[in-house]
Amino acid sequence: MRRRAGWSRVARRNGLRVVVPAAIVVLWQLATTWGWLDARFVPPPTTVLRSWTTWIFATPTGDPYTGTWLRHAGNSAYRVLVGFAIAASVGVVLGVLIGWFRLIADCLDPVIQLLRPIPISAWVPFAVIFFGIRDPSAFFLIALGAFFPVVVNTAAGVQRTPALLVRAARMLGTRRHMLLPRVVVPAALPSIFTGLRLGIGIAWVLVIVAEMLAVKSGLGFAMWDAYYFLRMDIIIVSMLSVGLLGFLCDRVIIGISQWTLRWSRGL
Amino acid sequence: MDTRGAGAGPGPRTAGPGSGRLPRITCRDLTKRFLDIARGEEVVALQDITLDIDAEEFVVVLGPSGCGKTTLLNILAGFEAPSGGDVRLEGVQISGPGPDRGVVFQEYALFPWLTVRQNVEWGPRERRMPRAQRAERVQAQIAAVGLTGFEDRYAHELSGGMRQRVALARVLVNDPKILLMDEPFAALDAQTRTLMQAELLAVWSRAQRTVVFITHNIEEAIYLGDRVVVLTARPGRIKETVVVGLPRPRDVTSHEFNLLRRRITALVEEEVQKAFAAAGSA
Repeated sequence: MRRRAGWSRVARRNGLRVVVPAAIVVLWQLATTWGWLDARFVPPPTTVLRSWTTWIFATPTGDPYTGTWLRHAGNSAYRVLVGFAIAASVGVVLGVLIGWFRLIADCLDPVIQLLRPIPISAWVPFAVIFFGIRDPSAFFLIALGAFFPVVVNTAAGVQRTPALLVRAARMLGTRRHMLLPRVVVPAALPSIFTGLRLGIGIAWVLVIVAEMLAVKSGLGFAMWDAYYFLRMDIIIVSMLSVGLLGFLCDRVIIGISQWTLRWSRGL
Repeated sequence: MDTRGAGAGPGPRTAGPGSGRLPRITCRDLTKRFLDIARGEEVVALQDITLDIDAEEFVVVLGPSGCGKTTLLNILAGFEAPSGGDVRLEGVQISGPGPDRGVVFQEYALFPWLTVRQNVEWGPRERRMPRAQRAERVQAQIAAVGLTGFEDRYAHELSGGMRQRVALARVLVNDPKILLMDEPFAALDAQTRTLMQAELLAVWSRAQRTVVFITHNIEEAIYLGDRVVVLTARPGRIKETVVVGLPRPRDVTSHEFNLLRRRITALVEEEVQKAFAAAGSA
């Protein structure tokens, strides 16, 4: 049901959403002006904003933080997308197979459950040895990390397919081998999207890990490099950039999921 | 004690062994056992069910809860295999589910990610019916159950009665020989239930199909059925088969209806008592 809310209510809710972040920024600014925080370690928002605009918009001069933001952000986003795409496709396919076929579950599930608790950063040495200090290392680490939530949630969703719907489909003439695409996958879609959302979140965490340790570009690399020069403003800008890009990716997945699952609204 | 058929004998619409006409469904000594994993013992759900059902017959299976009514329907549908005995559909052993036997479940079992139209379209699509013909069939079937204008709604946007109409339309569009209905109206309110019962009879008389209807509601059983098969408490056997024989539409307040109601209530009561006693001693 749609409430007769009008603009005032919407405006009020959006207003409230801005209040706390704005208060934090103001407090941060005051803390540096009044000397509660050492501006060398925590530069004020105004400095951060200036560094950010320079990093994004200024014409490159050879200085690492002038006009190079787009390249770094693009590199990171590219790695996230490639890694996540691998994780999503392999994860969904394997998850469906594990969830549906007992034999495949018996073969693969123990392996997955044993590997899953290992922190992905522990794989860095192997990634570097096998893939070098190049993009494939990052793809591997991101894909591996995002794979687990996708595969686990997909398998769980498939296993929860209502038996009654399978019977209904069989009774209506669906042949056994067509149950997977016709009934099981659609029924598991809500869980699959849960897995994808968790996966894209992990992908943004891991791109920073990968770029700090295993490749030489991207926001994670910029962040680590800035640390050597004590450019704390650049570190903060990188953090905010990653947060923003991760948030945008999450919104995109939510949008796709809401459109795909429009049948489940209010269910 | 085996009192199979003792109450009424073969009814007027029942094809006896000598009639020469093959019944549509024949059950011979049908038995179903399964392992109760929680208790680690074997449970007999159905025992020695022998039952013939004619092509145009409306048979109601009535019994206390847990007597194996649903198991019987699942076996007829092909969802479960019998442990013993023989079940045939027009002389052919039932080996799995199929669109010739439309099942209507109590919980509707509509595909929630599909609209009303897409749910009804499921069967024709599986049979690869040409698109134009399919659209026409589906539209006509939706109209026949009174859901024109709701084609693009999802199941959760419909009331219980409307959902059950979709479930009915979805099987009728396949033109099944047999309708298997598992307490289809149990979740509906009294008014909707009465309405749906009348509509079901209309559907049945329009294209005379076989209907096997499971219920625990005695009035519903007498109102709908040509015959009412009363099952015993577990293990489910046929306690008695009652031929209703009242002209339709039936008046649930008439004297004859009440006589049947009294008789069947007594039969069911006995079984409920037995089930309670068994549960108490276990």
